[in-house]
Formats: sequence, C-alpha cells, structure tokens
Amino acid sequence: MTTRMLGAPVLRTEDPRLLRGEGRYLDDLGQGAYEVAIVRSPHAHARVLDIDVTGALDVDGVVAVYTYEDLPPRLRERLPVLIPHPALTAARTQHVLAAGEVNHVGEAVAMVVARDRYLAEDAANRIHVAYEPLPAVVGHERAASGQLLVHDDIPGNLAATLTQEIGDAPGRIAAAPNRLTFRLDIDRSASTPMETRGVHARWDADDQRLRVHSSTQTPTSVRAVVASYLELPLAQVECVAPDIGGGFGVKIVHPWPEELLVPWAARLLGHEVKFTEDRREHFISANHERGQVQFIDVGFDDDGRILGLDVRLLHDHGAYIPYGLIVPIITSTQLLGPYRITDYRVRFDSLYTNTVPVSPYRGAGRPQGCFAMERTMDRIARHLGLDRTLVRERNLIRPDEMPYDFGLTFQDGRPYAYDSGDFPASLAKLRELADWDGFPARRAAAEAAGRLLGIGMAAYVEGTGVGPYEGGHVQVETTGKVKVATGLSTQGQGHRTAFAQVVADALGVPFEDVEVVTGDTRRFAYAVGTFASRAAVMSGNAIHLAALKVREKALRIASEALEVDVEDLELVDGHVRVVGSPATSIPLGVLATMSNPLRYAFDASARIATQFASPGTTDRPPVAAGESPGLEGTDFYSPLRSTFANGMHAVEVEVDPETSDVRILRYSVVHDCGTLINPMIVEGQIMGGVAQGVGGALYEEMAYDEHGQLLNASFMDFLMPYASEVPAVAVDHLETPSPLNPLGIKGAGEAGVIPGSAALASAIEDAVGVGIDAMPLSPSRLHALRVAADHR
Amino acid sequence: MDRTTPAPEALHDVELTVNGQVRRARVPARRLLSDLLRHDLELTGTHVGCEHGVCGACTVLLDGMPVRSCLTLAVSVSGRAVTTVEGLAAEDGTLHPVQRAFQEHHGLQCGFCTPGFIMTACAFLAEEPAPDAATIRDAMSGNLCRCTGYAGILAAVAGAAEELAGTGVDPRERHRPEGAA
Amino acid sequence: MKPPPFAYHAPRSVEEALTLLAALDGAKVLAGGQSLVPLLNMRLAEPAALIDIGRIPGLDVLEVADGHVRIGAGVTHERLRRDDAVAAVQPLLRRALDLVAHPVIRNRGTTVGSVVHADPAAEMPAVVALLGGTLEVASVRGRRSIEAADLVRGPLESDVAPDELALELRVPVAAPGTGSAFVELSRRHGDYALAGVATEVAVDGGRIVGARATFIGVGTGTAVLDLSPAVAGRDAADLDVVDVAAAVAGFVEPQDDVHADAAYRRHLAGVLAGRAVRAAAADALARAGAGVR
Repeated sequence: MTTRMLGAPVLRTEDPRLLRGEGRYLDDLGQGAYEVAIVRSPHAHARVLDIDVTGALDVDGVVAVYTYEDLPPRLRERLPVLIPHPALTAARTQHVLAAGEVNHVGEAVAMVVARDRYLAEDAANRIHVAYEPLPAVVGHERAASGQLLVHDDIPGNLAATLTQEIGDAPGRIAAAPNRLTFRLDIDRSASTPMETRGVHARWDADDQRLRVHSSTQTPTSVRAVVASYLELPLAQVECVAPDIGGGFGVKIVHPWPEELLVPWAARLLGHEVKFTEDRREHFISANHERGQVQFIDVGFDDDGRILGLDVRLLHDHGAYIPYGLIVPIITSTQLLGPYRITDYRVRFDSLYTNTVPVSPYRGAGRPQGCFAMERTMDRIARHLGLDRTLVRERNLIRPDEMPYDFGLTFQDGRPYAYDSGDFPASLAKLRELADWDGFPARRAAAEAAGRLLGIGMAAYVEGTGVGPYEGGHVQVETTGKVKVATGLSTQGQGHRTAFAQVVADALGVPFEDVEVVTGDTRRFAYAVGTFASRAAVMSGNAIHLAALKVREKALRIASEALEVDVEDLELVDGHVRVVGSPATSIPLGVLATMSNPLRYAFDASARIATQFASPGTTDRPPVAAGESPGLEGTDFYSPLRSTFANGMHAVEVEVDPETSDVRILRYSVVHDCGTLINPMIVEGQIMGGVAQGVGGALYEEMAYDEHGQLLNASFMDFLMPYASEVPAVAVDHLETPSPLNPLGIKGAGEAGVIPGSAALASAIEDAVGVGIDAMPLSPSRLHALRVAADHR
Repeated sequence: MDRTTPAPEALHDVELTVNGQVRRARVPARRLLSDLLRHDLELTGTHVGCEHGVCGACTVLLDGMPVRSCLTLAVSVSGRAVTTVEGLAAEDGTLHPVQRAFQEHHGLQCGFCTPGFIMTACAFLAEEPAPDAATIRDAMSGNLCRCTGYAGILAAVAGAAEELAGTGVDPRERHRPEGAA
Repeated sequence: MKPPPFAYHAPRSVEEALTLLAALDGAKVLAGGQSLVPLLNMRLAEPAALIDIGRIPGLDVLEVADGHVRIGAGVTHERLRRDDAVAAVQPLLRRALDLVAHPVIRNRGTTVGSVVHADPAAEMPAVVALLGGTLEVASVRGRRSIEAADLVRGPLESDVAPDELALELRVPVAAPGTGSAFVELSRRHGDYALAGVATEVAVDGGRIVGARATFIGVGTGTAVLDLSPAVAGRDAADLDVVDVAAAVAGFVEPQDDVHADAAYRRHLAGVLAGRAVRAAAADALARAGAGVR
C-alpha cells in the first residue's frame, strides 16, 4: 500500500548530492570559461567624462574590454521596467554599462573579459575613469526635499505617489476618543544569499543556440529578456538555473547588467564567458530592501478598537526602479495584518536616492508594514493601560468573517481579500506556547536578581501564491519512473522533494520513482518565477493537476487493456489494478509503453507497442483524435487571487541594564500556511526566516554615509547572525486550508522573517520602558535612547 | 593608476595530498587554496562565500585542522594534506555519518554553506566526541548560513555525535560503510 | 576579490629571510595570513613580495622558561590557547585568545603576527601591552628587543621596521598575588569587540594593591591605565560596587563608527572595566587560594 506522502516529513532528495559536494552552482560551471570583472563606480553620483582602457589591454590574459560605446544599439537601451504601474510616472532604470552618468556606488561602468578572474581584476584596476562628482542624495528626508536631484529630469526625486483608501480614515480619526500620531523608521537590509549572483553563457555556433546559466529566481524571464536584448529568436536561447545558493528575493531581479553582457560577449567572442560576483560587489551592486519611513495617525475607542488608520510612507527605492512599486504596495496593504480595519488610508511616495536600487527581499515590504501595525497596537495598549494581546484580540478578524475583502488592491492587481485563517485561535496558541500569562512571574524573579526582562509579540498576514500562473509537466517513462518539470527555479526550498510528494500521492507511485526538475527552460518553458512564497502554491498545484491528467490517462488505457471500468481501477505502488483483485494489474511503465504506438521495437519492452504486436482495432487511427502519444500531462494553475497565510511570534528578551546588550531568551512561533506538504521543510523555512528577522531587528543594516558610500560592505561589518545570535525557536502549526486551490496550500517561504523587528521592538520596549520607534536596534542605539529618556 | 606593462607572473609548483590523492598544479603565488581546489583541481564542493574569512563556506581541513581556504595561499601549504567535502562520503557514495545527520535533521537548504559546516563539524567532533548543546553552538558559530536559522545544523551535529559515539571512527576520515573492506 | 600579483619567497632560514627583507622593497612577511590575506583579497594591500616564514625551522618555540612564556613567530593563536602549561602560569593569554575571532581563524593566525599587525581592535596587542615583556626582532642590521610599551606606535603601525622579522614574543608569567581578566562586548560571536578591557589586579592580604588595564576599540592604542587610585585598598572579595567609570571615561578616546557611537563606547569601556576588575580580583583570590605562586 502506498502511504500518503502529502504531510509527511520526508527527507529531502536534494541533499545527498549537495552533502557530497556534488552540487553544481553557477561558479562550478564552465571551468574553461573566460571570466569577467566589472569596473564599478566609486562615486554615488557622478558624470563619467572619460574612460581610458589602454592600461587594461596590456595585461597578459585579457581578452576584451567593453564600455557603453562598444555596445550594439539594442544593448545601449535602458534595462526594462519589469512591473509597470499607472502610478509609476517617472520610472528610470539603468544601462548595462554607464552611459555618461553613475547614480550609485557600484554601478557598472566597464567590463573586462580575461582568462581568469585574477587577471580580469588586474585589468579592471588599470582602467582609468574620469568622473565629475555630483552631490549625492542619501536618505528619505534629503530625497523628499527635492533640493538635490538624482536624475535631473525627475523633480522631487519622485517616481510615484499612490494612495489607497477605504472608508473615511481622517474623519473617523478626528472623531475618535483617542488619537496617536508617531513616526517609525526601518533601515535597509538585504537578501545576502551565501552564493552571490552569477551568470555563465555558451554560444553553440554549430547549433546557433545560446545557453545561459544564471543564478536566477526566474529563468524563463531571463531567457526572454536575453533573447530580446540580444535580438535572437526565443527558440535559439535557453536558460537554466543550476543549483542556487540562496535567493531570498534578490535573484528575482533581472536582467542584471551581467545577465545581458555575459551572453553578448560569449556570442561575440565565440567562447564561454562567466561572471561570478564577489561579496563586495554583492553589497554594492545587488539590490537592497526595507528602508522606509512611516508616519502613523490612528484613532481608537476606549477598548482599543481601531476606528481609523491613516498611514503615510516614504519609500527609498534607490537609484533606479526596475521592480516598480511592489514593495510599497505590499507594505500599504499587508500592514493591516489580521485586523479588521474599515477606515484606512495609505499614501506612499517612492523616492530616488543615490544608493543601490531596492527590490523585494524575503518579506518584501511586510516587515515594515508589520512593524507599523504592531507598534501601533502596542502604543494603543500602553495608552489605555491594557494588555497587548487583549488589544490585538479585540481587533482581530473572526473566522466567520472569512473570506474578508478589504476593498483594496493587492500587489497582483487583484482584490486584497483574505481567504482563510483563524486568528483568535492562533493568538490563543501563541499565548500558550510563549506562556504569556506566566511572564510577569518570570520578570519579577529576574528583577529580584537585577535582571531586565521583556516580552513582546507581533502578528502578520502574508499574501502568498500570487499569479499569474505556473505550470507542470508529468511524464511516466516506460521504466515506470516519473519525470516532472516545472519552470520556476529552486534556491534551497526543497521543491524537488515537495513536488515529488505531490506527484507520488496523485499518481500512486513510490516517492523514490519521482524525479523533479526545476528552472530549466529546455524542460518547461512557461513560468513566472520563485518569489512571494508562491512555488508550493503555484507549481505544487500545477504539478498536482498535471499528475491528475496522467492518472486519468493511465486509468483510461488500463481500462481498455483490462476491459474493466475506470471506476473499478485504482493506482497503487506504480500499478493500475482492479479494486478488490490486486493480482490483476498493469505497471505504469507498461501503460507508458502502450500509450505510444511504435513502428520500431528499440528494446524488449517496446515490442508490445509495435504495429504487429497486438491485433488491436483497425477502425480508428493508432493515435485517436484528441489523443497524444505518451503517458504524460501538462497543466497550469492560475489562481483568481492570492491566498493568505498568517502567523504570530512572541519573543522574550533580557537586556543588560548596563550595556544595553539584548539577549533572546525564548522565541515562539504559531504559523498557519494551510495544508503542509512537508512539515520538516516548512519548519526549516520558518527557522530560516526567524534568523533573518532577528538579523534585521538587531544586527543588519546598510550603513550609508552622506556621500552615498556604503561603510559596511563586508561580512565583517554587515552583521549577518551566526548560530550564536539566533535563538532556539518553538513552533506550533495551525492548518486552515486555503479554499482557493486544490491542495489547500498557502505559502510558507517568507513568513518567518516578517514579524521579527516588530516582536523584538515590543519585547525590548517592555524590558526597558523606553519607546522603540526605529529598527534595527544596536546596543549603542538602545543605550542612547535610554540615556535620552533619563534626561527627559 | 599603473601604466607600466605588468611583468609576467612567476609560477610555482604546488603539490598537495587532497583527500588521500597526490595532486599537483602549477600556479601563481597569489592563487588562493580555495581557487586551486575549485578551479585547478576542479573539486568544486568547496564553496566561496565571502573571500574575507568571515563566512566559513570555504572551510577545509589542513592536516586535519579546519582552516579558511580563501585565506590560505596554495603555495604556502604545498606538501601538506587537505581534506575537502568530497573526501568524506564512501567511495560508493554512501554518506558519511555527519553528512547523513545533516540530511536527517534538515541541516541544509540551498546547500551552499553546507560543505564548510560539514568540515567544521567533522574537525570539531574529532576533538569533542561528546559535546553538549552549548559547545556545539559555540563551535558552529564561525560559519554563516542564510537559509536554515541554524536549528537543523545544530541538531545535525548533536545527532552525528551520538551516531559516532563509541565507534572509534575519526570523523575527518573517509566513511567506510560497515562490511566494506 | 583576488589578491594582486606579488613575488613569493619561502626562505628556509632566518638568515635567508632577513637577507630577502633587506633586499626587497615593499616586501611583507606572511605568517598565518589571517589578517594579511583578507587585505590582499580586497586589494587594500599590494606588497611587491611576500616572504613566507612558514618553512623556517625553529620559529615554533612555545615554552615557559626563565619566568616568561616564549612564543615563536610561527605559533598559532590556537596552539598557544590550548597550552595548559602556559595557561597555568599566565592565564590571561588563554582568556584573551578565547575571544580572538573564531577557532578556524585561530588555527592559522599567529599571536606574534597579530601583535605586529597592531590592529587597535585586536586583543593580543592589548594583552602584551598590559603584561609587559619583549618582542625579539632581527634584521641584517642585527637583533634587538622591543619592550612591550614601545611595540605599538599607532593603529596598524608597530615598531617593527620593514626590514625586520619578529622572531619571538616573551611575556612574563603572572606574578604571585595577581589576577587577570579580559572582558569585551562584541556584536556577534567572534567579531571585533565594540570595546574590551584587559586587566591585571594585584592583591595582598585580601586587599587590592594595584590594578591596571588596557583597552581595545576605544582609541587608547596600547596605553596602560592605572586604576589603582580607584580601587586600591578595597576588599578584593567585596567589589559589588566598583566605580572605575570616571577614570576610564577620562582615559579613552573612542570614535563613532557603524557599530557604535563614541558616547556608548566610552560608557561601555567603563562598565566593562568594572567587570574586568571584579573578575581579575576574584581570579587573584582564587589563584592565591589555590596556592598558585
């Protein structure tokens, strides 16, 4: 009997290769390839007056040096605005190599191709670029003042301003018995996957085909954009995402300049070319996120119920805006969290600065939104002298209100409507898991010993599985093995395992017989990409639907062969068999052979499908109308709208009263992502997210100075947490399946990171009694806040 | 800016015993051990995450001791023995107990930092065969992972310690499955 | 992030190394490389030549002799840290080395190299300055001893001349009646500290008779602060309230950086110094109680 795989903590099929060191990451490919080094701007804002490459050409082993002037016309065009929006009236993207102006430190100016990276760097250092430095625009306030401009022709540094509104927030706030207004700041962080960006390209002159390997979260779109900018037919371009050493959002952005330059050079030079970004380059040329200033105006009743909420956001999107308005739109909507807020207005300005561009990093605007909403809840509780969980409880949307449509537009252009969730149950679970009610006793005991403890919590709702679609292809080979392909790529989420679980259940085949390929346009050419916690929802359901097609076909063929009604057949252990008569069965591999009428018996098993092997019917063609050869199926999943996961975190901290150093004592997570495909993998996603949340709350920032220099562009100074900084985490699950998709799945990829800053701010504030309005919070900043409070 | 024509670079013979095999390469003095392993010897299991010694992805064993291969000039360790992640699983591919523990405890996601953690863990367990949780956390705190939040990694090292306890196996050596000669 | 080209020499004797150092302009000594190679990879250092002292026999001496710990130029942090004989006679070395980077870095990095590198955020230059002792250096011009107090001239600048090779560090063993501590606060495990304090306290008859401290990360270089005026005469077993903050605040000269501002570092140095004095006093009592002479 085949055991049900969906919901089982199956060990990952990806692991043995990766553990043996047999993974194939981008830089492992193309050992004979020429390597690229990029000359990058040392200035945040400057005109490029002259580029003298002669010194570079003297370096032995240099193959080519390119500047903007060397590019063909199509490659001289700016990079695309990936996600246009009607409000995005002043969109500006970069050139693949600077065309007369640079707008952030790290912007690509020239490209060296050499025999290896050492020589390429030697040559890059010998390229002399004459710059005329211009004043840099850094920080939300300077950008918003508009006194200095990033782009001469974009007044106010304003790319877009967008307002969404439901009800009458200003009116309700004005009439509310209680009102609070305050400002909240979140600093920049970034995805910083352990593997940097990279791209490798090979032009096959015999086949006239270009193969691009990229460490990308969207190989199908990279393929399309490469074909477009290199002016090649799509059919001559293929893109493969090899093993990827983490993405977390930064690798969804495309094309990076190198993603176009490398394929272009490979074709031009008739030689494999590879670019592997180094860590310093990653800090200054791969996108950041999070930086946002948020102004809150809230009115509420004496029970703590929010009557009206008016939010204004200043969003710093950096020097260019290739990814459109996704991040501030997500903040604008997801800020509402699990709360019933009927009168809401949110406005944002998306501003240019002379810093690295911004695009989604795991969480994508939600950590900021969660920080805004949850700090608001805490302030209301403090104002009214109420327990913080009680204020939240009173504002929660109840399960009987689902689906709950706010009347706003989400990041996919579709209604912002929650499909499922039981928020009061989640809160009850969290209070229990964190022993919220036992905290006062713990605090009192600690206080007696001169220790400062605090507890905090934060709740979030996360729109996951955004469209437009994903697809899946499932094929039973004549060996009985099942080959599955989906177009989006994998960065460590265990897709190959999870999707094999889905197929094993749908087809009734052993899990071990299912092999999944992701992110290879040769195997599956239609896809969107891996972002927004969408892979399990989108590809999971698409593959499920494709597998059901295969199942149906297998049963149909078997039904004819066995002369048994389909209703009397079942699929078990890789066989179609007669219910109640398991001896009468046909292996799926044989059905695969039978599904493909043959002239040639290329092997013994193929003989049964050849033209003289069985009498068969002669009154219809071997492949009947509407049929196709092969036991395979393709299907797509395209949802009407997003599905919404949710969760709540509680954290207990100790603050050193003298040094203001924060230690996390206890971290509790309640999480609802609907049906779990593989609870082990889901917990892994949560743990990883929590670590990033802790990093964003206490350790990580992008420390720009006023000149736009990033002062901490290394792992020495950008403080990604080690194991020593990450707490043990207790996790409890609630499973409220999504009604929107066949498997009942909601996404799980980003959740863990979202409430980190909000929960930790809440806990630290509780410990020290000083308001926390800005994150991340270092001991130095916390000390300064405490000193300032003492002096008030 | 240097406008002189650079002099051709001198090459040095480097000989290393890598995973028990003598390997030779002729490289410039500046070739990092990480690059020699990855690109001259094509042992790409050792990964490079920062090239300034902070992330630990490139950790290999040098005469049995963990070192950052990105902070080591290949020429400076010529004549010595290096163990990489490729040197742990049995010849037939059977996972080493530490590798198996990483799978069983979900100690990896993208797998990029994993070889560095595995090598660090093997050296650590050779010295501390019965570590407590705090010691494990301390020992694993010189390597960065962006995916797992470390929970699975710490559990894996604890699991491997239990697995190895009393076997007399040196976890820095290639795995020999029971019954294998 | 690949090193620039350089000539490479691996001398087999000290004499050969000194000849090379004298002959080559812009040469740097490569020992463990844990500070130098990151600088090379970032091309922040572009030496014309590297002189790798890893193949010179005799630089690996590590022993306790004549009232000193002798630490050869080839001795790694980790080897020194693990040496029980050293820890018994001069426990501050192990206490500080516990805080130096991560074990994997300590496996290659050398203590002498760290002292010569003179990073103002590094623990070992501060420890040597506190404990005293000498660094033996040689060049074709001859040999000399540099007193600990003269060793560090400024940030990343030691008294070792470009043509000199540091051969051996000699750190005195702890005097009877003394105790020591190294206390620091770093953001992450193994990071350079926001501030740190090395302290040695002398106790006689249960009373503190002397206390000295050096600091890292707060702009004092390797200058020694005499904390005796603040704590002398106090009962070493009753130091719950130690007010050294004023003395420390007047001594340190911290600056703002991305990790902390100067005001915090000044405050932190005072807090940590108080903790270090307490810990060192307890250590002194414990060592006296254990009969350590």
